[in-house]
Amino acid sequence: MSAPAGSPHPAASARIPPKLGGAAASGAAAPAGPGPGPHQQNGPAQNQMQVPSGYGLYPQNYVAPSGHYSQGPGKMTSLPLDSQSGDYYPGPYTVPTQNVVTPNTASQQPGAQQMYGRVPPAPHVVGSALGSFQGATSSASHLQTSASQPYSSFVNHYNSPAMYSVNSSVASQGLPSTCGHYALSAVSNASYPSVPYPSLPAGDPYRQQMLTSQSALTVRPIRESSLSGQNTAVSHPSPLPPPPSQQYQQQQSLSGYSTFSWSAPGLPSTQDNLIRNHTSQVAANNNPTNTVADSLSRSVMQNVQPPKSSPVVSTVLSGASSTRPPPAAPRPAEPAASAAQPPELSQQKGVDSSSTTSSASPMPNSYDALEGGSYPDMLSSSASSPAPEPAPEPDPAPAPVPTVPQPSKLAKPFGYGYPALQPGYQNATTPLNSGVPPSSPGYSGFQQYAQQYPGMNQLSSSLGGLSLQSSSQPESLRPVNLTQERNILPMTPVWAPVPNLNLDLRKLNCSPDSFRCTLTNIPQTQALLNKAKLPLGLLLHPFRDLTQLPVITSNTIVRCRSCRTYINPFVSFIDQRRWKCNLCYRINDVPEEFMYNPITRSYGEPHKRPEVQNSTVEFIASSDYMLRPPQPAVYLFVLDVSHNAVEAGYLTVLCQSLLENLDKLPGDSRTRIGFMTFDSTIHFYNLQEGLSQPQMLIVSDIDDVFLPTPDSLLVNLHESKELIKDLLNALPNMFTNTRETHSALGPALQAAFKLMSPTGGRVSVFQTQLPSLGAGLLQSREDPNQRSSTKVVQHLGPATDFYKKLALDCSGQQTAVDLFLLSSQYSDLASLACISRYSAGCIYYYPSFHYMHNPSQAEKLQKDLKRYLTRKIGFEAVMRIRCTKGLSMHTFHGNFFVRSTDLLSLANINPDAGFAVQLSIEESLTDTSLVCFQTALLYTSSKGERRIRVHTLCLPVVSSLADVYAGVDVQAAICLLANMAVDRSISSSLSDARDALVNAVVDSLSAYGSTVSNLQHSALIAPSSLKLFPLYVLALLKQKAFRTGTSTRLDDRVYAMCQIKCQPLVHLMKMIHPNLYRIDRLTDEGAIHVNDRVVPQPPLQKLSAEKLTREGAFLMDCGSAFYIWIGKSCDNNFIEDVLGYPNFASIPQKMTHLPELDTLSSERARSFITWLRDNRPLSPVLHVVKDESPAKTEFFQHLIEDRTEAAFSYYEFLLHVQQQICK
Amino acid sequence: METVVFVFSLLDCCALIFLSVYFIITLSDLECDYINARSCCSKLNKWVIPEVVGHTIITVLMLISLHWFIFLLNLPVATWNIYRLIMVPSGNMGVFDPTEIHNRGQLKSHMKEAMIKLGFHLLCFFMYLYSPGLDLPVAEAREPLSKTPYTTDPHFEDGGTLVTCERDSEMAK
Repeated sequence: MSAPAGSPHPAASARIPPKLGGAAASGAAAPAGPGPGPHQQNGPAQNQMQVPSGYGLYPQNYVAPSGHYSQGPGKMTSLPLDSQSGDYYPGPYTVPTQNVVTPNTASQQPGAQQMYGRVPPAPHVVGSALGSFQGATSSASHLQTSASQPYSSFVNHYNSPAMYSVNSSVASQGLPSTCGHYALSAVSNASYPSVPYPSLPAGDPYRQQMLTSQSALTVRPIRESSLSGQNTAVSHPSPLPPPPSQQYQQQQSLSGYSTFSWSAPGLPSTQDNLIRNHTSQVAANNNPTNTVADSLSRSVMQNVQPPKSSPVVSTVLSGASSTRPPPAAPRPAEPAASAAQPPELSQQKGVDSSSTTSSASPMPNSYDALEGGSYPDMLSSSASSPAPEPAPEPDPAPAPVPTVPQPSKLAKPFGYGYPALQPGYQNATTPLNSGVPPSSPGYSGFQQYAQQYPGMNQLSSSLGGLSLQSSSQPESLRPVNLTQERNILPMTPVWAPVPNLNLDLRKLNCSPDSFRCTLTNIPQTQALLNKAKLPLGLLLHPFRDLTQLPVITSNTIVRCRSCRTYINPFVSFIDQRRWKCNLCYRINDVPEEFMYNPITRSYGEPHKRPEVQNSTVEFIASSDYMLRPPQPAVYLFVLDVSHNAVEAGYLTVLCQSLLENLDKLPGDSRTRIGFMTFDSTIHFYNLQEGLSQPQMLIVSDIDDVFLPTPDSLLVNLHESKELIKDLLNALPNMFTNTRETHSALGPALQAAFKLMSPTGGRVSVFQTQLPSLGAGLLQSREDPNQRSSTKVVQHLGPATDFYKKLALDCSGQQTAVDLFLLSSQYSDLASLACISRYSAGCIYYYPSFHYMHNPSQAEKLQKDLKRYLTRKIGFEAVMRIRCTKGLSMHTFHGNFFVRSTDLLSLANINPDAGFAVQLSIEESLTDTSLVCFQTALLYTSSKGERRIRVHTLCLPVVSSLADVYAGVDVQAAICLLANMAVDRSISSSLSDARDALVNAVVDSLSAYGSTVSNLQHSALIAPSSLKLFPLYVLALLKQKAFRTGTSTRLDDRVYAMCQIKCQPLVHLMKMIHPNLYRIDRLTDEGAIHVNDRVVPQPPLQKLSAEKLTREGAFLMDCGSAFYIWIGKSCDNNFIEDVLGYPNFASIPQKMTHLPELDTLSSERARSFITWLRDNRPLSPVLHVVKDESPAKTEFFQHLIEDRTEAAFSYYEFLLHVQQQICK
Repeated sequence: METVVFVFSLLDCCALIFLSVYFIITLSDLECDYINARSCCSKLNKWVIPEVVGHTIITVLMLISLHWFIFLLNLPVATWNIYRLIMVPSGNMGVFDPTEIHNRGQLKSHMKEAMIKLGFHLLCFFMYLYSPGLDLPVAEAREPLSKTPYTTDPHFEDGGTLVTCERDSEMAK
């Protein structure tokens, strides 16, 4: 970045030097000097550029009130703004006049500024216990710099409700201008403040808002689009569309203030409007910027996206595109396309873009603002619980939460109250509560104030957090006598344990939803790990749909020079100019650009940059990260149209789904799409624009497949949309009379590979039978008589390397193959799955699919397809996992190709893909107390942007065996074990794998038993952290993948194994150990509110028939399916109210829907089921199972604590384990 | 006849040594990330069968020529080679499978194996070189040397020759 040149700052700073001088020891020069790094180069344009930028706004703002306003006219018309501000300001801040004094005095204290700058949490605290130091600092600092009396009055806002809006508005503005990430982090700031919201008058609407956001969350399958949709929707009913004047005003440099004053009335819902305005205005503002600033073009463009509706923008885009050819190319078309749509729609579309840009930008802002003290990844959790309370409290009883909240997370909101500083800097920044010596009267006053208000809350809450933490330690080690404990399964879902880190690190740590380690306390040496007999590994869900993600655009992505680690919250800053890598311990320089913090608008605080404040961030990568121009989104559908396929009738479902979702396919104007069908020959479809109807080209030479016309088979989705629609309408009926029973899958795949090689992309293959022709043909290997054998299960591995080779070729050409297998007979999934496994595709299996005979499968396919077609996608991706020196990764699980030791090649990445990595400790970790893991996922978004998503996890190192046991994450351990067992059963044998699973329990429990020698040896003792381990292992042994003795079709088994390999932890756990609820007596006790609905939270029941009573109805959530079991003498009221039948006898055998009845219990049941559904990407199918129907075996086989003819009951299993230990 | 067998074995052994070195180099390239797993494995898989064939030939030759000791020495290694080749799962792309080479420390075990083989082949090489079967050619080479007493010649620097001379002196005793 250029030297700190112009920018509005200088002007401001020049005039306020004394204050500045007095202010910020470290940051004194900052606001004046470097200014917003990226923006400065261009002389005259600077101002304008600055205007849109949130950061830029500040100076101007405060300049205005302090009398420097003269500047204004120069940039944009300032008059209206002036008056506006006049109007708006008075309202909000007259209220909290008392505070005015404080900040003012503080700022006058030369030395105090530092403190004050850090203290920002305090003001937040005052108002609301917001902890966002960033936002806070920024606000605080500019307050101080401006320092002029009138201005200082603004400070009040921080204490007043209005504050939130300030932050949020700042955020929203910030992002459009500079870059998403800033905005985002700003966003996060915004979120803190809102925690206390409810207490404010605005409470009620706020809560509503929150709920909506919640709902948006839950709708996640639809991703950001839904979010944005929600928001906008909400904003409509809410107050009133922002008067034009406001927009205007915002457009003026007033921004921050004006907005906040405007929203000051306190209705959070207005924020939505605000934000929307922001975006559009900002876009408008960006215009000049764009034309001026080449270097900015990228980020600007990005920001521009959401408000496509504005015509101005389109011009901008074109300008931008000229400066930056590859990514921009598609864009110009977009505005045109969206122009017709109403603004909301268009915005939604923008947001919908699979790229998070938009999500990171305005929408999330509003989220945050709404959400309350949310932790970046887990707003969902925080959203529901703490919000309604007046102030964040360490309430140990978490209100149930939609996603996967961790009780410990409760600590987070208040944790944020503290200035989160780098470890290295901590000393400089004692938290407010710890009693900074009041260096100035002003300060002390302030402190007083803080204490008196939320300060107290915060303190107590933090204490609460501490106590919670300390008490949790012994809890996880509490010995549990497994054979004595009857109800081992807790009533509430099991959360991930929280690493035993200090509060600062803990709140910075990566969300366990994205990144989990089997041992949250890493043993110091391999010897210690071996002693503990527990698997050490990571479970990743790197591309998870996030509702909020800081997106960072900067010219230099700061990375360690030796190990290439991305800078992260756990690095330490030696001093301002140097940082020490936390993975390899090399000392690196802080680049000049990094010294400027765009959020606080200060210089010299590299530790407050968003990269260092968020453990999950996304960078917009420069061309250094591209081997070729980012590829467009390319989708190819390869469809089986043999007799078998036509009979099953999947084409109807597929074509229907495709037609419905054609416009929602992630992509930009370059998106291309193609179709191929095959039976014993291969059919291509020429969809070239200009043809009157699709042209079918048949290649019958399957031994040497060639492409009949290379150019017109993959066509631009937008240009040939009509033809595509024609084809999709015609396809289901084209082959109705086919007599061809053969399937040449191999040659079809080869053709697909040839077609995709130039660009890469996604191939979706639909197959309904065993491939029987050409390369890659397979023979049936399953012996039906062996299905329930307890001995050897053969043929779990592939029969040929054809598919693996092809997959690797595809992977090399950035093509992923997704397999949809819909077959009623054995189709050798073990061999076919290779095509997806090694090309980073995904596998869907619909056994005995038939659109008529098996409607539940058809419905499932339809829902899955909807998710599949519209979910986010990343192309030409690679993922690298790094860990602290001394640890090493040795085995990877998931769908990908390991290109080199730590580099996974992922042709496509989708939000439903999970990964697992096994670790070993190569060198002793004695000289470090923390270890870190970082995954960096580099991908091309569907909008043609190169992005890097980085997650960093930090864990403590322990030296005692007890501590290792205390930190076991039993769910993660089970998932890792399941992955290892799959490998074992393929490479060795299933019985080996089963033995290994049992041994894992035996070894770990006996190892624990030997550490606690004082206990009686007759009992089976486990630490509390491991108490579920035997239960989960038993569940695994009874899982389709590993069970023996029960009739299991080979394909079903292999599919279960594939799922274990590639599902993220949350979904895998449901598959391994389903949740059972009793639903005939749902009450509102402990219910949570989601999107205006009351969702009851029945307690979990253990998976045993003893819990089933004939009088009840039970819901089992198996992840991919729901079963409702109706007892024989179930209350007729329930049957009538919920199922819509008069009595038990009249319930039909096959029932897959709950009718929408207007009764309370029906509403409760449905809202509960909808809520369960909303939380997962693949929509499970509901089966109503009557007690006496034959389908009940399906249900009963999931009751894993019970004895079956082939397997132990839970108690027997415990005895067996105990026996093994005693041996 | 004897000589032909040993000369052939010697050459074959040389080839195997080179092959082992090539394996080691390629694997360590992979370890250091200089090449990717796909190309590494396709390079190595190409040479797996030649290696097996080469080694089997020696073993069989030794059996035919009734060199029991050398045969028994080679047998386990040859068996291992063939076993490894046969036991490749049908879905794998050869002994070295790019999708698995980074898993479960396979890379390390391959490396270890290549090292051990290198040592073994070196041992065999010297064994063939100094075996009685090759007595003749070495003896011929020795003839001129024996005329000049090595003790007085200060210019003996070459290790190989020196060794030969020592043996010579021993035999003379």
